[in-house]
Amino acid sequence: MATVTTQQAGQSAGANPGPKRQPNTGRFGSSVFKKAVMAVTGIIFVLYLIAHMVGNLKAFAGAETFNSYSEFLRELGEPILPRLTVLTIIRIVLLVAVAAHIWAAFSLWKQAKRARPIAYQTKKRVQQSYASRTMRWGGVILILFIIWHILDLTLGAVNPAGRDSLPYGRLVEGFQNPVVTIWYAVALIALGMHIRHGVWSATQTLGHSNKRRERALNVFATAFAVVLIGGYLLIPFSVLFGIID
Amino acid sequence: MKLTLRVWRQPSPQVKGKMANYHLTDVSEDMSFLEMLDVLNEQLILDGEDPIAFDHDCREGICGSCGLMINGIAHGPEQTTTCQLHMRSFSDGDTIDIEPWRSGGFPVVKDLVVDRSAFDRIISAGGFISAPTGTAPDAHANPVPKVDADAAFDAATCIGCGACVAACPNGSAMLFTAAKVTHLGLLPQGQPERDSRVVKMVAQQDAEDFGGCTNIGECSAVCPKGISMETISRLNHDLLGALRANAVPTS
Ligand code: HEM
Ligand code: SF4
Ligand code: FES
Repeated sequence: MATVTTQQAGQSAGANPGPKRQPNTGRFGSSVFKKAVMAVTGIIFVLYLIAHMVGNLKAFAGAETFNSYSEFLRELGEPILPRLTVLTIIRIVLLVAVAAHIWAAFSLWKQAKRARPIAYQTKKRVQQSYASRTMRWGGVILILFIIWHILDLTLGAVNPAGRDSLPYGRLVEGFQNPVVTIWYAVALIALGMHIRHGVWSATQTLGHSNKRRERALNVFATAFAVVLIGGYLLIPFSVLFGIID
Repeated sequence: MKLTLRVWRQPSPQVKGKMANYHLTDVSEDMSFLEMLDVLNEQLILDGEDPIAFDHDCREGICGSCGLMINGIAHGPEQTTTCQLHMRSFSDGDTIDIEPWRSGGFPVVKDLVVDRSAFDRIISAGGFISAPTGTAPDAHANPVPKVDADAAFDAATCIGCGACVAACPNGSAMLFTAAKVTHLGLLPQGQPERDSRVVKMVAQQDAEDFGGCTNIGECSAVCPKGISMETISRLNHDLLGALRANAVPTS
């Protein structure tokens, strides 16, 4: 390997005298550690999302089943544990995971901006996927969606059925409005892409990918994202088209 | 053939650069890309202008110094080095944009020449083995499984050209660092320093203003040596292993 160390008259060294910061060999400093945080918290989201999607499908079983499922989530662990204990723990785990995921994302975002201080005049894409390229802004859209979604279906604050409604009522009244359904669909497709690249990327980051697995892994990531998002999309569109009412 | 070249001109690191237009006639399609630039430079010298500074050495695809961003793709339309790219990959009348590698870790020295000494510092941070010198050890002393030898050799073909950094939307040097970590980590001689090597090399890479990897894969797609994304997975595996083993790098 040869490297330029061009020396010119009146110029003592190359353009790069050395790094501007000290190498940080500490445990939590490296970009790979941050990536591992994103991967592990991402896996937590994926597990939650599977459970949530399957739970949502109870909407097809009617108002009573759906509302009692919502009640079951709150009673989970009873009578050993007081009401809401398990749900609260799940919420705390998710909140902590979200905070860690976002911290790592922004830290790496900042690093990436430093890494390309001057943009190319012309830059072509050779093989990168749309999903991989939109992880950062896509993630921002997702967090906004999740805040809206909790205000909408969990709290009822921005839902036409209001705060004192039952979950099924919120679901039906909300998605009867095509604008709401479209907004959910857009956000869910963004989520699907985030997961599609995320599954592949997390496997790489945790060091479990290799040349042989690469193709299968990418096919699996796409299939998984399609099935998951398909499952989520069923509900709002079923409401919109009157299959659920 | 006739070509229009738009080339990044920047007299020194301190001065702001810009794209300049040049017209070339009579370019043979058998010329290499660098020979085409040589012809342009001869023309510029005859016209009394400052020739374009670009980096090159072996001109046979092994030294890795000829990195150029050609029409927005590192090393241009073929997956090879610029010196091994021929003008037959272009057509008569084409406009070709030529820029230096853009990276916080590779500051521009002049025109198309960047300083890649950051790569040297990543290597000095851990891309070596400490072995006693003396007579060569018996060739059979350290058996290496064939699969490991092959994978190590594939990783060792990295020529440090920096195309991976140049192409990466994050400006990450992961493919380079991963190739270097992999080719030593797979061999018995690389084991004693395996944990501290990966920690130090990644730390150096982060300190040099390279970005973090998001596994986009542009690097591997433009790498003239076809270094695989597998090496990055291996680096990550080694680094997380080192963190679990609580490997604190010595000095
Ligand atoms: C169209 C698809 C979706 C539907 C129909 C849906 C439906 C619901 C409903 C009805 C609730 C309230 C549950 C209850 O009150 O018992 C809820 C809560 C929630 N959903 Fe969704 N959801 C969808 C997509 C998503 C997505 C994509 C995410 C995350 C990325 C998500 C994350 C959450 C979270 C974090 C809560 C709050 C849980 C809690 O605080 O207890 N949902 N969802
Ligand atoms: S990994 Fe490939 S692209 Fe990167 S420096 Fe090595 S040879 Fe060049
Ligand atoms: S000049 Fe050596 S690789 Fe191109």
